[in-house]
Amino acid sequence: MFEIIGERINGLFVDIREAIKNKDPKPIRDWAVRQANAGSYWLDINTGPVASKEEQAEIMAWLVKTAQEAVDLPCCIDTTNWLAMEEGLKVHKGKGMINSTTAEQAKMDALFPMAAKYGAAIVALTMNEKGVPKSADDRIALAMELVANADAYGIPMPDLYIDPLVLPVNVAQEHSPEVLEALRQVKLLANPAPKTTCGLSNISQKAPDRPLINRTYLAMAMVCGLDSAVMDAEDAPLVDTAATASILLNQSIYCDSYVKIFRQR
Amino acid sequence: MAVNVIKERWTSKVAEMKLGPNEIKIGGESTLPFLHFEGEMPHRPVTALEVIDMEPEDYPDMLKEPFASVLNDPVAWAKKVVEYGADMVALRLMSAHPDWKNASADEVAATARAVADAIDVPLIVIGCGVEEKDGEILPVVAEKLEGKKCLIGCVTQANYKSVTAAANGYGHCVIASTPLDINLCKQLNILINEMGLPLDRVAFDPLVGALGYGIEYAYSIMERARTGALTGDKTLATPVVCFVGQEAWKAKEAKDPDAAEWGPQGDRAILWETTTATTFAIAGGTIFIMRHPESIKRFNAFIDEAMKSNAY
Repeated sequence: MFEIIGERINGLFVDIREAIKNKDPKPIRDWAVRQANAGSYWLDINTGPVASKEEQAEIMAWLVKTAQEAVDLPCCIDTTNWLAMEEGLKVHKGKGMINSTTAEQAKMDALFPMAAKYGAAIVALTMNEKGVPKSADDRIALAMELVANADAYGIPMPDLYIDPLVLPVNVAQEHSPEVLEALRQVKLLANPAPKTTCGLSNISQKAPDRPLINRTYLAMAMVCGLDSAVMDAEDAPLVDTAATASILLNQSIYCDSYVKIFRQR
Repeated sequence: MAVNVIKERWTSKVAEMKLGPNEIKIGGESTLPFLHFEGEMPHRPVTALEVIDMEPEDYPDMLKEPFASVLNDPVAWAKKVVEYGADMVALRLMSAHPDWKNASADEVAATARAVADAIDVPLIVIGCGVEEKDGEILPVVAEKLEGKKCLIGCVTQANYKSVTAAANGYGHCVIASTPLDINLCKQLNILINEMGLPLDRVAFDPLVGALGYGIEYAYSIMERARTGALTGDKTLATPVVCFVGQEAWKAKEAKDPDAAEWGPQGDRAILWETTTATTFAIAGGTIFIMRHPESIKRFNAFIDEAMKSNAY
């Protein structure tokens, strides 16, 4: 079943930044509940930029605890600070998610063992120190590195979420079909196949009518094997699109109330 | 070289339902039927034998024989059913049928209460099959049976509101019945749930056919519902009721006493009912409503074997 990763608890948003500054749990709880009601399966948790690594770790733990006090959803701990990542996982209830590693060996050697230690799922980006590849083939080469390393560290494939990196269509148009092709091929890398995810909203950065681009691309990507996305759970037509695509792909069983039921998982 | 056996990883399970004054548990599976190596099957499938609240006119002699002295007395018949080893009693309120006695809600409710009071196993109460009439009588029956934690049905798209409300209010579970259609089945479960009845108090009836009479349609529905349930579809993760007896005993192969080329009726009728039941047990059936005591004996012999752990 398609997994929405609600993107809203992120220090880049003004209300969350203020909440973090004032240690005010209310906006965090409110957004956890709102995103849960909108059909989120995971809550992305990102502190946004903060002064120090230690401070960030403390904030991450507070955000995870606060969100999970409000709703019974797992968190996708979104940070490049490994200390904050581990502090977040320590306080997390249930199976968490690490967001993210890349195919850089040093990162894989730190984050895959961390995922194994905490029994967490992990997002793995198809990029390395050379940056984001342009072609599907190069993305898949990195995805294979990620699959092989994850497997070596004992991560079950259904816990590995390969992210082939969606880029804004207005500046990197040629990437959009390559990402779709990469999604198709990721599913052939192992059996059982790894899962897939993406930062969906990226596709429409700075373009007019972002919701239209987001939902069109979501449907296209789901056909190619997209299992989850970090996205705006309160964009109702977008969630409706995910619900409908999952019906049309025969991933969930049709009934007349399918749109409503999709949000009640 | 060691072989690494790949097992299916299911993420969800079937709801666990509690029935009867002693809260007998059914359902709760986290694997496909009897694949104990991939998940848990905490409770075995259960049997019920039917009791009709008036002398049945369509029972062949072979079916009347084990209940010969009690066919006019539903309470005595129910006790007999318990004696024969059925896990539950399924009381069918046929007398309410407008073409039969057209009995009133109060009359059938009194019978249901008397039967419930005479047994210590869970009671399943089934209406007369006319949706409108069942919509009238079943709420009254539900009220009269308060505290007995019965399974009441069948609820359909046409009458679910009155029956569901009463079942919810008086602490019962319901059987949701849809005609061989998984999409309608799911929708009805949702509609019932939206009235406030938790999904662990709903069992669905896909309207099974007997061996040789479309058994494969209901089989596919149960299979699809179970894989849906195990992958997170809560609206289909409910136990399944199989009306095996009424279907198997409709088959000419079961009820015809004079077909020498098919062998003695005593063998084939029991085999017809047992084989229909075992087939649905493999597909994911939970509650088997049957008619002949010998059939449940043979069915249970199969379940005994199938419930032996094959975990590794």
